[in-house]
Amino acid sequence: MQPFRVHQGLVAPLDRANVDTDQIIPKQFLKRIERTGFGEFLFYDWRHSSGDEQFVLDDPRYRGAGILLAGKNFGCGSSREHAVWALADFGFRAVVAPSFADIFANNCSKNGVLAVVLPEREVAELVRRAREVAQYQLKIDLEQLRVTDERGFSTSFTIDDFTRHCLLEGLDDIGLTMQHESEIAAYEARHPLPSSTKHPSCST
Amino acid sequence: MSEKRTLFEKVWDEHVVSVPPGRPPLLYIDLHLVHEVTSPQAFDGLRAAGRRVRQPQRTVATVDHNVPTTPRGMPITDPIAARQIEALQNNCREFGVPLFDIDSPNQGIVHVIGPELGLTQPGMAIVCGDSHTSTHGAFGALAIGIGTSEVEHVLATQCLPQRKPKTMMIEVRGTLPEGVTAKDLALGIIGQIGTDGATGHLIEYAGEAVRSLSMEGRMTLCNMSIEAGARAGMVAPDEITFNYVKGRRFAPPGDEWEKVVNRWRNLRSDPEAHYDKLIEIDAAKLAPFVTWGTNPGMVVPVSGRVPELSTLQTEADRSSAQRMLEYMGLKPGTRIEDIAVDRVFIGSCTNSRLEDLRAAARVARGHRVNPKVRAMVVPGSQAVKQAAEQEGLDRIFQEAGFEWRESGCSMCLGMNPDILQPGERCASTSNRNFEGRQGRGGRTHLVSPMMAAAAAIAGHFTDIRNWRFN
Repeated sequence: MQPFRVHQGLVAPLDRANVDTDQIIPKQFLKRIERTGFGEFLFYDWRHSSGDEQFVLDDPRYRGAGILLAGKNFGCGSSREHAVWALADFGFRAVVAPSFADIFANNCSKNGVLAVVLPEREVAELVRRAREVAQYQLKIDLEQLRVTDERGFSTSFTIDDFTRHCLLEGLDDIGLTMQHESEIAAYEARHPLPSSTKHPSCST
Repeated sequence: MSEKRTLFEKVWDEHVVSVPPGRPPLLYIDLHLVHEVTSPQAFDGLRAAGRRVRQPQRTVATVDHNVPTTPRGMPITDPIAARQIEALQNNCREFGVPLFDIDSPNQGIVHVIGPELGLTQPGMAIVCGDSHTSTHGAFGALAIGIGTSEVEHVLATQCLPQRKPKTMMIEVRGTLPEGVTAKDLALGIIGQIGTDGATGHLIEYAGEAVRSLSMEGRMTLCNMSIEAGARAGMVAPDEITFNYVKGRRFAPPGDEWEKVVNRWRNLRSDPEAHYDKLIEIDAAKLAPFVTWGTNPGMVVPVSGRVPELSTLQTEADRSSAQRMLEYMGLKPGTRIEDIAVDRVFIGSCTNSRLEDLRAAARVARGHRVNPKVRAMVVPGSQAVKQAAEQEGLDRIFQEAGFEWRESGCSMCLGMNPDILQPGERCASTSNRNFEGRQGRGGRTHLVSPMMAAAAAIAGHFTDIRNWRFN
């Protein structure tokens, strides 16, 4: 996994609450069996809608954005990790929102994408700046746990220590769990698979 | 640790393998359910790292999301879907994982077949790369939806690092009124607490109305916990649970049964156990609900109206509602019963079990689907389909003009050919009314199976409490 330490980048404001993962990556793109190549399908239906309003990611001002601002409960709904793969593949390294759905936040942490929780009023202020200031950038420092811009905005955020550690180091946590082999084996010895739950080895 | 423990804490404690300092506890997973959409990249990860599946016997796979619901002999016309199904077949063969394949008499939606095969049992820790894994909590299991990286983690280690969620008790007092189902209870709860009302929490459902629910009803209720943002939902097992599990294919056999059930009887919260949040619901105040917006929290009673924007409190709520109304093609103040539907979908891991189909068939019997409506019934599994056919439910539906199809996730998420066309309006027994969920531009209203069947016949939403049953 790509480590996340400090990221400074262009900010795209998506000022909507409860953005679900069906919007982030619509179901017609979940049939791929690879982890890559989802970026072009990010927010596909919103980017290709016939409405008058231009979707923020189609706005040339935000081309190349690495940080997405969003409303509360971002990433709710389906557990599809494809949503995070699409964000990352599109170029986003971080999402800043007042809250995230649990599974989505978990999925971010497994893919080197930082989910930053800031109070609603701070996110609203950042949205305002991202709309008003050309080429508006934020710097997100995971080591110092700070979000800053060059116009005096500065705030701290919290994240649990283990998620921070994994992101900073780009760790594969499967490897960490495997270090507990003896404890897992001991647990399995204490809890053998009941005979009745032995499953068929083929489809019947 | 407090001596008084909740049901959740008892199951949690039983599954802790290790508490590494500075890291989330490692939980042992008894049952890992796998389907074709969220697993190929996980198996690829195993291959790339030279890892095996640690416990193939605690892993069970099926195909459900992509499978067409047309007769099984017909080819899968979508080559990308076929490739994904084939990938699961190959992965299961390579890693020794049991698979209930497309032609198996046990194929079905992963959250339908787990319980009906007796794989899902009280007190288990269950995961699946699917948010509706919460369904299995109906048995007093700790059942968590996970992402693909976590699927890979569990395949490789049979463990999941998991931060302990907070707990929320939802107590439903009284009894559900006539015509009000577990689905309406779920919608009523989400309408009250919101789609992020339970974020970071595990919900335990209790109270008279929950205890009175069948296992099917409890599954419907727990299924939609995720729609309130919860990590999982649980109901303490009781005689209804034990009777459901008993005798199923992978249930504990007769000679072990009593011993196991005695252990399961301890799976209940101690009196005065602590919850981080308490919610009380008065069952008598619930009604058959219909969603009007594009998230499952936007519910109104069928006798109500699409809300006026002026009744919403904040500017953000008003602009969000305005957007939803535009997408849904609705005007504020419209009576719900005046909203006409084009399509009806009865199915999904929320409402595709035998009891759901019986309820819908009771409504449909002796009526005809409105000529302007296309209605389909998609049983949750091949076993549900067969049981329904033995009771003649297929004939009731077909005589009324409903399509009777093969099992799968179908139009709940439209990964297979069952989708809405842009602008089509659907009364659906599924769990999500997100934009485009059932097809790009499609408009979804979530309802119970009875309400869906009634809408198919009336051609618009109609209050099931006034229905003329034949």
